[in-house]
Amino acid sequence: MGTQIFDMDNIDIAWCPGCGNFPILQILKQALAELEIEPTNLVLVSGIGQAAKIPHYFKTNVFNGLHGRALPVATAIKAANPVLTVIAESGDGDMYGEGGNHFLHTIRRNPNITNIVHNNMVYGLTKGQASPTSQIGFRTPVQVDGVFLEPFDPLAVAIALNAGFVARAFAGDGAQTKEILKKAIKHKGYALVDIFQPCTSFNKLNTYQWFKEHTYYLEDLHDHYDRNEAFKRATETEKLSLGIFYINPDKRTFEENISIYQENQQPLYERKPDIGKLHNLIETFKIAD
Amino acid sequence: MDTNLSFQKKDDLSIVLCGQAGQGIQTVEYLLTRIFKLAGYNVFATKEYMSRIRGGINSTEIRISSRPVHASVNKIDILIPLNEGAIRHVEERISPETITLADEETINKDFDHDNYTYVEVPFTKTASDIGNKIYSNVVAVGTIAGLLGVELQTISKYVKQFFSAKSEDVVQENLAAAKEGFNLGAGLVGSSKINIDISRDAAIKDQILLSGTEAVALGAIAGGCNFISAYPMSPSTGVLTFLAKHAKDFDIIAEQAEDEIAAINMAIGGWYASARAMVTTSGGGFALMTEGLSLAGMLEIPIVIHLAQRPGPATGLPTRTEQADLELALYAGHGEFPRIILAPGKIEDGFYLTQKAFNLADKYQVPVFILTDQYFIDSCHNTAFLDLSNMKIEKHIVKTEADYERYKITASGISPRGIPGFGQGLVAVDSDEHDEAGHITEDLDLRTKMVNKRLRKFELLKKDVIQPELVGPESYKNLVVCWGSTYNIIREAVKNLGRNDVALLHFKQVYPLPEETMDYLQRAEKTAVVENNASAQLAKLIRLNTGFDIENRILKYNGLSFSVEELTEELNGLLN
Repeated sequence: MGTQIFDMDNIDIAWCPGCGNFPILQILKQALAELEIEPTNLVLVSGIGQAAKIPHYFKTNVFNGLHGRALPVATAIKAANPVLTVIAESGDGDMYGEGGNHFLHTIRRNPNITNIVHNNMVYGLTKGQASPTSQIGFRTPVQVDGVFLEPFDPLAVAIALNAGFVARAFAGDGAQTKEILKKAIKHKGYALVDIFQPCTSFNKLNTYQWFKEHTYYLEDLHDHYDRNEAFKRATETEKLSLGIFYINPDKRTFEENISIYQENQQPLYERKPDIGKLHNLIETFKIAD
Repeated sequence: MDTNLSFQKKDDLSIVLCGQAGQGIQTVEYLLTRIFKLAGYNVFATKEYMSRIRGGINSTEIRISSRPVHASVNKIDILIPLNEGAIRHVEERISPETITLADEETINKDFDHDNYTYVEVPFTKTASDIGNKIYSNVVAVGTIAGLLGVELQTISKYVKQFFSAKSEDVVQENLAAAKEGFNLGAGLVGSSKINIDISRDAAIKDQILLSGTEAVALGAIAGGCNFISAYPMSPSTGVLTFLAKHAKDFDIIAEQAEDEIAAINMAIGGWYASARAMVTTSGGGFALMTEGLSLAGMLEIPIVIHLAQRPGPATGLPTRTEQADLELALYAGHGEFPRIILAPGKIEDGFYLTQKAFNLADKYQVPVFILTDQYFIDSCHNTAFLDLSNMKIEKHIVKTEADYERYKITASGISPRGIPGFGQGLVAVDSDEHDEAGHITEDLDLRTKMVNKRLRKFELLKKDVIQPELVGPESYKNLVVCWGSTYNIIREAVKNLGRNDVALLHFKQVYPLPEETMDYLQRAEKTAVVENNASAQLAKLIRLNTGFDIENRILKYNGLSFSVEELTEELNGLLN
């Protein structure tokens, strides 16, 4: 399947030239095409922000909802129709800030969705304020003395919550990122892929060059089934590692746990309510002998 | 204690049990309402309780009558205080007519023995003799049922059924408690201390005993609800609990969300992917949902919101009742979009309106509110078997073609709603202003067209309105206006007035208001609104919509519902 199946006609892309969102858009199309996922069977769910515009540049089913709220929406879409491939994609402010509570509890719920977070360590759409992942000392028009809040570590949090699949990628490396995304989409259960991505307009610190110098890939020998080791690697700060940190293949998904799918795989829209059963239930309200 | 008492009660009895949380008053209410129903009595019950799991003082009122009774009264005919503070809690409702049946130790020094009647009944001692004073609530069940003339067999059968999941010892001891209680009650009748004459009706056997919570939850099932996401909050949680309990049987996904924001976003995501979803919440939880409500407005995704009101602002009185969130439901959510607000009056309205809410939401792609309150939710009575013959689940989903566009601009304003994965098309929805394909736009002409499209649906809604119910003579001179849960209380109060010039107008749809509203109001010489809030929110809405100012307002906002007597008195004062 070619990536052009996902191409939109006549679109006016709102991102700045050189934005790290461009390569991610292309890499995701490649990953989906290689996995032979049909546009009609895919739903891209996003929130608000520059990254959250990505579904509009994708020919597929789209739910561009509210800031921070992509995960509950994606969870419900997958629950209502488990046949669909569902990806929740937004930026670091959206997923880790505004949607922080949903991030925690979606990991706990473990729906079979992929969560892609464009992490540029800054707010783009609102023009340059700190994000939850901004580094200490990062100066902005609001954080005038530099950021002093502990940066949010999404990988460590996800591993602490025993997420099923936790990875970090870099938008500057298409080949590796594509492979990580493919594995994440194929993973059964919630999969987090945090993607480092430079913001050319508002983050002059964490540039392409900076990411190249400050990241490296986890060794081939890294045991991504070892949760303690994964947590240790996720909390390193000198240099930031990329790759698949942690996989827990044994978790039941949210949909698998929902009682209505225990014996019947039909999505909700194919089911018909049973008025006879309702009649019988109301009968019990007679409290008859 | 007056041992020569002869208690001639007519045929309408109010029994109040009062005690601490944790003393099993809910169990007593549960058992007695069912036992009375089984025995063929008309029964109504409601409760008021403190926001505590243990301690505090709660009370439950059970009304039994020869006629159907559906409303809370102030009077107490038989009071059963289960702890020392109980009498003080209901003091204002005790009259010389009240008979207090109690253990000696629960009658405190303040009890007015000169004016009030007290009959010692050894509930606790009887329970202790059986094995544990914890059984005193079941002794009370037996006593009351025995007093009312219910057969021991009926009582035992139901008590056994109720405790069937417990160990054999517990079942036997509860049966013994019920039996000893029954003997105490029968003894009271035999000694002619108390004589009650309430007629039974065999037809009640075929009726059902239904609470507000159950009515809404069953209505949801009848409406095809197959997805509920909610965060627990009194008094709305029962609907979630009920649907979770029956999830397997009715193909329902019932999920407790991490917060109300997640709950409503899940419900919206559910509808997007074909679910018929609802949320259930109360004021503070709904406040968190307002962003999501606005999303539903923009995406034109249906949603059913059960908003069970309790007194605010903020945490307010968590376990009490109020009708003060009409304006919240009406104005919640940024931007302009149509919505429907329904407010059940009768318990069975909860069923029919919730069922209809799903069809309305799906048809018009708008949010539909079911506005109840704690009084409605926590009240129950016997009623006719629910009519399922017209229960049509109207689905308005289209199979998409390859060129499908979600927001096609149509004359009606309604764009055919596709879902992802059903058909050849793609379904794009966007919280930004969007084009017909559902993609973000800043084309300002298109913006105007989209606003107009969304608001055109409001014109359709106005033509599909549930008419208000007029109770009383068409040729009324005085019109009492109300909405929601107060219906049965006001109905009984108006009946008590015994006048042929007073009618009641009850709105079960409060928004959009029926166009006939003005006609009803203009025909009256005198109008009064009765609302369980402080600012007469329905009256304000009516004035906004019609220009008509309802001159008299009877308002209550102390956290309790009206009683039949207080409304009778208020209306009497107003009309004379």
